[in-house]
Amino acid sequence: MGEVFWILVSAMVVNNFTLYYFLGLCPFMGVSARVETAVRMGMANIFVMTMASLCAWFLNTFILPHAPYLRLISFIVVIASFVQIVEMVIKKVSPKLFRQLGIYLPLITTNCAILGLALFQTNRGYGLIQGLSFAVGAGLGLTLALVLMASIRETGELSDVPSIAKGMALVLIIAGSLSLAFMGFAGLLSAT
Amino acid sequence: MSPRETAPQADFFRGVWRENPVLIQMLGLCPALAVTNTVENSLWMGLATFFVLTGSSFIVSLIKKLIPGEVRIPTFILIIATFVTVADMSLEAIVPTVHKQLGAFVALIVVNCMILSRQEAFAAKRPLGRSLLDAFGTGLGFIVALVMMGAIREVLGNGTLMGFSLFGPNFEPWVIFILPPGGFLTLGFWLLLLNWFQKWRTERAKVRAWPEGVGAPPERKAA
Repeated sequence: MGEVFWILVSAMVVNNFTLYYFLGLCPFMGVSARVETAVRMGMANIFVMTMASLCAWFLNTFILPHAPYLRLISFIVVIASFVQIVEMVIKKVSPKLFRQLGIYLPLITTNCAILGLALFQTNRGYGLIQGLSFAVGAGLGLTLALVLMASIRETGELSDVPSIAKGMALVLIIAGSLSLAFMGFAGLLSAT
Repeated sequence: MSPRETAPQADFFRGVWRENPVLIQMLGLCPALAVTNTVENSLWMGLATFFVLTGSSFIVSLIKKLIPGEVRIPTFILIIATFVTVADMSLEAIVPTVHKQLGAFVALIVVNCMILSRQEAFAAKRPLGRSLLDAFGTGLGFIVALVMMGAIREVLGNGTLMGFSLFGPNFEPWVIFILPPGGFLTLGFWLLLLNWFQKWRTERAKVRAWPEGVGAPPERKAA
C-alpha cells in the first residue's frame, strides 16, 4: 500500500507531468487563462488518464507480448477510440457533464500526457493497481499545475508588463519559476 | 477551397524561419523543452522528427486522394506512428546511448502537433514535390530551434558544447539550465529576444520611412 501511495505522490508533485516532463503543454499554455476552465480541463484529464492507464495495462498484459513492435500504434489507436467511446457514452448518460467538458474531451486525445502516461507505465513495468495510482497522481499533478498557472495569470492580468514579454514569453518564464519551485519537492523522495 | 499559390522556395524557407514551428508557432513544445539539455540530444531528436515529418508528408501527399475526409486524422496518425516506430528502432540501433537518454520522448513524436498540423494544413492538399519541400523546411526549422535551445542549455548548464569543455575546469556549471526549469526559461528568453528584435526592426523601418516632422507614421500591417 505504501508503494502505491508513493507512486501517486511522486507522479503528482515530485515528477509533475507538466513541470518536470513537459507533457500536456498544449492545455497548459492554451486553457490556463481562467481558473474555472483549468479545473474542468484537469478533471477531464484525470478521468481520461485513468482510463488510458487501464487500456495500456490490458494491451500490455494480453496483446503486446505477441507483437511488441505494435506498441505505439496500438496505444494511440486504442486511446483515440476509447476517448471517442467515452465521449458518446457521456453524451448519452449525462448531457450536463458533456456540456461542461465541452471541447476538452476530444482535445485530450492528442494530448501527449495521455500517451506519455501509457508509455511511462509500460517502461516502468507497473501493474494494474500501480498503474491506476500513477494515472490518478499524474492527473492530479496536471490539474495542480494548470490551476496554479491559471491563478497566476488571472492575478497578473492587469499588471503592466513590457510589450515584448506579453503572451507566450511571459507564460514560459512563469512556468519556469513554477517548475523551479516544484523541484523543491525532489527532497520528498528520500524522506522515507 | 483552393490553396494559395506560392513559390517553391517560399514553401521551403517559410518553415525554416518566418513560421518556425517552435519559436513562432509554438508547436511541438514538448520535445523542444524536454530533450534539449545537450546539443547532441537536440540534434538527434531533431533528425528523428525531420525523418518522421518528411516520411509522413511523402506518404500522405501520395495517397491523399484515397483517404476519405471523415477518417483522415486517424489515418494521418497511423502513418505518423508507423514512421515513429521506424525512427525509434533505428535510433536504438545507431546511437543506443542517446536513445536511452531520449527515452519515451522518441515515441512521443507521434503526438507532436507540428507533424499533424503539416499533414492537415499542407500535405493533404498540395502536390507531392511541394509537400516534400514544406516538410524539409519545417523539419529544418525544428532542428534549428532545438539546437538553439540545446546550445544555450548545454553551455550554461554544463560548460560544454557538443561535449567539448569551453570554460576550463574553474567554471561552475549553472545546473538549473540542464534541469527542467531551464527548458522553460531558455525558451522564454529566446522568445523575449526575438520579440525585442522584431520590435526594434519595425521601429527602425518606421523611422526610416517617416522622418521627423512629417506626421504620424501609418499603422503597419501585420507581417
